[in-house]
Amino acid sequence: MAALDESYDEEHEGSEDEVEMTAAEALSKLEEAWLNEKFAPDLLETKADLVDCMLEQIQQMEDNLKRCKKGDMRILIHKMEIDRIRFVISSYLRLRLEKIEKFHEEILHRESGRKEEDPLLLSEQELSFAKEYSQSVKEHAKVLVLNHLPQNFQKLDREKTAPKPDLDQHVFLKANRNQDQVLIEPELEDDPSAEVVDLVKDSQYIMRFRPLVPLVTDGAVSLI
Amino acid sequence: MYGDKALELILELKRAAEGSLPPYNEDGIRQVLEETSVLYDQNQADVLRESSMTGAESLLSAVQFRHTCLERNQRCLLAYLHNRLEIIKEMRWEFGSVLPPDIKNNMSEQESQWFNKYSKSLASYMRSLGEEGLDLTQDRKPPKNLFIQVRCLRDFGEFETEDGSMVVLKKNSQHFLLRSQCEPLIRQGILEHILS
Repeated sequence: MAALDESYDEEHEGSEDEVEMTAAEALSKLEEAWLNEKFAPDLLETKADLVDCMLEQIQQMEDNLKRCKKGDMRILIHKMEIDRIRFVISSYLRLRLEKIEKFHEEILHRESGRKEEDPLLLSEQELSFAKEYSQSVKEHAKVLVLNHLPQNFQKLDREKTAPKPDLDQHVFLKANRNQDQVLIEPELEDDPSAEVVDLVKDSQYIMRFRPLVPLVTDGAVSLI
Repeated sequence: MYGDKALELILELKRAAEGSLPPYNEDGIRQVLEETSVLYDQNQADVLRESSMTGAESLLSAVQFRHTCLERNQRCLLAYLHNRLEIIKEMRWEFGSVLPPDIKNNMSEQESQWFNKYSKSLASYMRSLGEEGLDLTQDRKPPKNLFIQVRCLRDFGEFETEDGSMVVLKKNSQHFLLRSQCEPLIRQGILEHILS
């Protein structure tokens, strides 16, 4: 983190504090999004803006480095920092691709039911990847097996066969702020004992993922 | 026994060594499909008989049983295909868009086509990231050091490092190079990372 700020201090002489902050903030936000994505069983909202912003940042840092003298000690430190940021970005995007591939049917189904004002689940590029992927996998199954089966076995029921993320999986989390009266719905529908929990800032919990979805999206809790 | 051949397909995949792709078992698939159509025809006949005469309710349990076998066969076949695709996907990430011939030989025609499609989708996705694109198959592990010790496993020839100097990569020579530059060469099996 420090190296990132320094690179700004040193190489953008006179650059404003605001810019400096946003670069650092964007990185920490991206890191949080990355960890959340890593530990959440379901695909979270896209943070394509953050990714684009950091990619631009890397590009800028690399350009700045090119202007530095050869053999300058700082180059190595900054290169290391760039490598680290690039790892976080790639890992984040890889995690998302993995989930998209695994749950492609479910995700595309949700995407098609998404209303205009709802937050974007997939970035534009991810969406077109998901569509191409889904289509090719289905085509593959059809050509090799399904077309050769008796007629009433040729169609697959999405509800029954497509893998879905397990939202009842338990996750570790840390509260970022005090949050009173979080309603934990019972796991079974006929279980009447809904629970209410107060989350205390900076404490850690283990809970089912499902009731937490809005809190994660909101940034009120981070998965760890 | 019904369903044995389908199970055999799945087991064959499961027994294959980690990270390898067994040859596409076209014959096995064909046999399962044949069994499936036999079962289906028998079921059709029984259902017809059951509806045309009274007192044939006892046929129903057989119909039910065959139907379950049919569902199981369908599921096993799809699982076979799906898991093979998972391995093939893994290969794309490991080797890039050109596969070594020994793997290619074990893929069916359809699978090669699928691989090309997948490879293309992935490549165009990666190209669309940022201004110049971002290769997600790189940076697979958290970076620890900027430079790493590598040893050449075979003659590669001249290699230009990022700062413009030339290094000759000869078999068994050792170098201290930028990690980010070595990664692709390591994956292609030209360099080996030496852990000291």
